[in-house]
Amino acid sequence: MFWEQTWKIITTYWPMFLRGAGMTLFISIIGTVVGSLIGLIIGVIRTIPKPDRGFSKTFLKFINWLLTIYVEFFRGTPMIVQASVIYYGFPLAFGIDMNRTFAALFIVSINTGAYIAEIVRGGIISVDKGQFEAAHAIGMNHVKTMLYVVLPQVVRNILPAVGNEFVVNIKDTSVLNVIGVTELFFQSKSVTGVNFRYFETYLVTSIIYLIMTITVTRILRRFERKLDGPDSFNVIPGNQMQVQRPEDAVKRKHRH
Amino acid sequence: MDKIIEIKHLKKSFGDNEILKDIDFSVNKGEVVCIIGASGSGKSTLLRCINLLEKPSGGEIIYKGESILDNKHNVYKYRTKLGMVFQQFNLFNNHNVLSNCVVGQTKVLKRSKAEAEEVAMKYLNVVGMSGYIQAKPRQISGGQKQRVAIARALSMEPDVLLFDEPTSALDPEMVGEVLAVMKTLAESGSTMLVVTHEMQFAREVADRVVFMDGGVIEEEGTPDEIFNNPKKERTKEFLKRVTRQV
Repeated sequence: MFWEQTWKIITTYWPMFLRGAGMTLFISIIGTVVGSLIGLIIGVIRTIPKPDRGFSKTFLKFINWLLTIYVEFFRGTPMIVQASVIYYGFPLAFGIDMNRTFAALFIVSINTGAYIAEIVRGGIISVDKGQFEAAHAIGMNHVKTMLYVVLPQVVRNILPAVGNEFVVNIKDTSVLNVIGVTELFFQSKSVTGVNFRYFETYLVTSIIYLIMTITVTRILRRFERKLDGPDSFNVIPGNQMQVQRPEDAVKRKHRH
Repeated sequence: MDKIIEIKHLKKSFGDNEILKDIDFSVNKGEVVCIIGASGSGKSTLLRCINLLEKPSGGEIIYKGESILDNKHNVYKYRTKLGMVFQQFNLFNNHNVLSNCVVGQTKVLKRSKAEAEEVAMKYLNVVGMSGYIQAKPRQISGGQKQRVAIARALSMEPDVLLFDEPTSALDPEMVGEVLAVMKTLAESGSTMLVVTHEMQFAREVADRVVFMDGGVIEEEGTPDEIFNNPKKERTKEFLKRVTRQV
């Protein structure tokens, strides 16, 4: 009886579940990617060394102050409230009307950005000071140091935390049903509205969420391993054979 | 002689702690200068002040006749003229051996990738590491890392090489390979400023030895003058301590 019911729900409503799951994935992927970019940029800005001259010092302080407010606000309030404020509140207060899906992407992105900004800041702080010094010593400025030396290491180190954020996003997009985004939970609610089979329907929903989160976790783990590269390397004997005497090489340099 | 770097009345304090007190000092082209002295005497701080990893609290640093502490002076461009080798190697962990030597050339000096790789290979040959270009820093030994770090500094083709205790973090058996590379560079006419605890190296390779104590230059002279006929009491004491036989 139970299995029959469940099977019936799947076969009858699969297009709705599928569209819902697609929407959920779409919002959480875009939200995580855009949020990560926001987080990286904020992390870089917040770690700019304090200049000791007048205007740029004040300006940087002001920017940092704004960023702190942003991070604290979005980390400190529930996403469901933020969604209501932005989607229902903004049209009334400021006359800003937006598309549901856009509102969803916007909210998840800036929310994730606030969390990842802190993760990135931690990641940057944990990179050995010697890496910064070596980069500065060959003439790199803050941006180059970040782009070519520090951030690649930060990205690798924060990947597990970002993956975690991704999983959280997959689940938390369900609160966006409050603004009527047709993600998986919204679709499930619609299904139960028709069939009143709460247990079986939400069981199917849970399993779909589980499949999505587990798959994402596995993919990210594989990606991490790929970033780490192979554990071994090849010594290239060919080059050793052509070794010029060190003295000659240096002398040649000094001749011209 | 051609002064590359000239330092006048250099001071550096960390809070109330005065590390460098009124240092006057210069490096000439083609010269190998070794700075010796006890831990905490300010040797490393002096070196780090020279390439502005530490901001001096007072005094002047003059590079080829230009004062670089002037606010208008481009710090980043100046730093490319000084090659720095660190005690802890500080190879870029996210780059392999070759790319450690290439990234500064392409991103800072704006050389083409092909040219940068050619230059990098030339200096990796000099330090005997050209067979390891694919290795990541975590995969090679301390001595090899330091040789790559030297190649990285050389690849920028700087006017002066600064060495900050390049062998202090190495296992004893690996000190030799790094010192050998440094000796080769010295003999080929590179301008080098070396902070070191390797007295034998200073004695053999240096043109001039500077002894620092308590944030001042206590004595400077040829290796013969410093090691065989030290004039100051502090120098004699220090040398007695470091050359003590066990």
